[in-house]
Amino acid sequence: MLSLHLKRILKSGGQNFSRNTFVSLSAVLIMSITLIVFSTILFISALLNQSLVEIQKKVDVNVYFMPTTSEDSVFEVKTNLENMTEVLAVEYVSRDQALENFKFKHQSDPDILEALFELEDNPLGAILNIKAQDSGQYETIAQYLATTYPTGQENSIVDDVNYNQNKEIIEKLTDVISSGQKLGGLITLLFIFLSIIITFNTIRLAMYISRDEIKVMRLVGATSSYITGPFVVTGVLYGIVSSLLTLILLFPLTIWIGPTTARFFYGINVSQYYMSNFFDFFLIIFFSSIFIGAISSFIAVKKYLKEARKRG
Amino acid sequence: MINFENVTKKYDDDTVALSNINIRILPHEFVSIVGHSGAGKSTLLKLILAEEMPSDGSVFFESEDIHTLRSSEITKLRQKIGSIFQDFRLIPNKTVYENVAFAMEVAGRTDEEVGEDVPYVLELVDLTRKAGNFPSQLSGGEKQRVAIARALVNQPDVLIADEPTGNLDPSNTYDIVQILKKINDLGTTIILTTHNKGIIDYLGRRVITLENGQVIQDDATGKSSFN
Repeated sequence: MLSLHLKRILKSGGQNFSRNTFVSLSAVLIMSITLIVFSTILFISALLNQSLVEIQKKVDVNVYFMPTTSEDSVFEVKTNLENMTEVLAVEYVSRDQALENFKFKHQSDPDILEALFELEDNPLGAILNIKAQDSGQYETIAQYLATTYPTGQENSIVDDVNYNQNKEIIEKLTDVISSGQKLGGLITLLFIFLSIIITFNTIRLAMYISRDEIKVMRLVGATSSYITGPFVVTGVLYGIVSSLLTLILLFPLTIWIGPTTARFFYGINVSQYYMSNFFDFFLIIFFSSIFIGAISSFIAVKKYLKEARKRG
Repeated sequence: MINFENVTKKYDDDTVALSNINIRILPHEFVSIVGHSGAGKSTLLKLILAEEMPSDGSVFFESEDIHTLRSSEITKLRQKIGSIFQDFRLIPNKTVYENVAFAMEVAGRTDEEVGEDVPYVLELVDLTRKAGNFPSQLSGGEKQRVAIARALVNQPDVLIADEPTGNLDPSNTYDIVQILKKINDLGTTIILTTHNKGIIDYLGRRVITLENGQVIQDDATGKSSFN
């Protein structure tokens, strides 16, 4: 009996979907547009996060050693730094490499290059480039360096730590990153909420057209589940068709906009991002739209059933 | 079979639709209820279908007080009462066949039973050829015949007809009345509300005349003071 009931509910839901062509088309279209907006927010959120990671990667603290500091002492400092939990990585730049980098940087300035030739010895010391686990931890690392390896003293091995010069930029960036993440999260939540509301109201509107039908079904003696079931099936079908349509449309859309995002967001191409995360997108879009379709239909029909019960 | 005991129905705006009604309808009767608009005819039928609750008194179907029934029992009650209306109330996106079959499906009948009974009732109302049509493709008379087929298919004890000829021309009106008579001859109790004096004169059966929510005449031979 249950399978017969289920078979009839599925059949009737399918008929609702295929026979009310205009209503189904409108619902699917609006749901698809909403899902595309929703996906765009997912893309923007991912692009921003990825960009912030890229920006974070560019921030570091540089320790400039005295030209007289031995390589062993530099490596000792490097090891000490690497043992700190706040430190993600330490890059060693030797004195020779530092000189090469300097020459390369100033290759178009013959006065500086000539001055270098005048000097008998390499005037530059080794450098350690330090990356922190988190941009908020540079302060701790800088403090450690200032306490353990003070500068400006007779026996100082460190000539300069450029944290203080970068301090303001680093702090500002830390603030931007943290507020960007918070704001991005809030905007994403807001848009997800709006998407749900729009989809819910679209389906409610589609069900509104059937409110008289619901009353007739009740009058003929149909149980609540027999009335609600087909409409929920129709809602699920709206969800399935619109999510598949969205997933297909996202291919050409992301291919079209991919080169632009790659130019503006540190080489991140949304098309490649979409392809490589397609399975996640499929799961999120497919199941969330089915869920919203089913729940919206259920709530809408319950409302009209209640109205029908009040009168009937 | 159906008993109205001291039934009064007041709506929220204090309009009195029915006042202290006492009516007893017996099995196999053909009862017409006549009266002007607002006399209380439709309210009377809505009380039988449990679409409205009485403000006072009780309505019994067989031995059960209709308005003490739970929601699931009301569903069962409605499966025992067939109903047709002036505005037909068909499901627009179902074909003629599916509209009739729907009434059987909600009653839990098997596909085999549906396959046997639906063609039979469609033949009874002469709509076999239109089985695959949608309501929008039918005339008013045909729509009402679909509604009758749907009301009949579960072999109800009672058939309620609320102004079933209100939207029909004289020829279709005659056809519908003929079908209702035939159904009554087969043993189904019929309760018909109408404005049409010609119908009650033609039928010559029991007529209850309502005025301002009260029974002013109950005549077994089809006489009514209603004009």
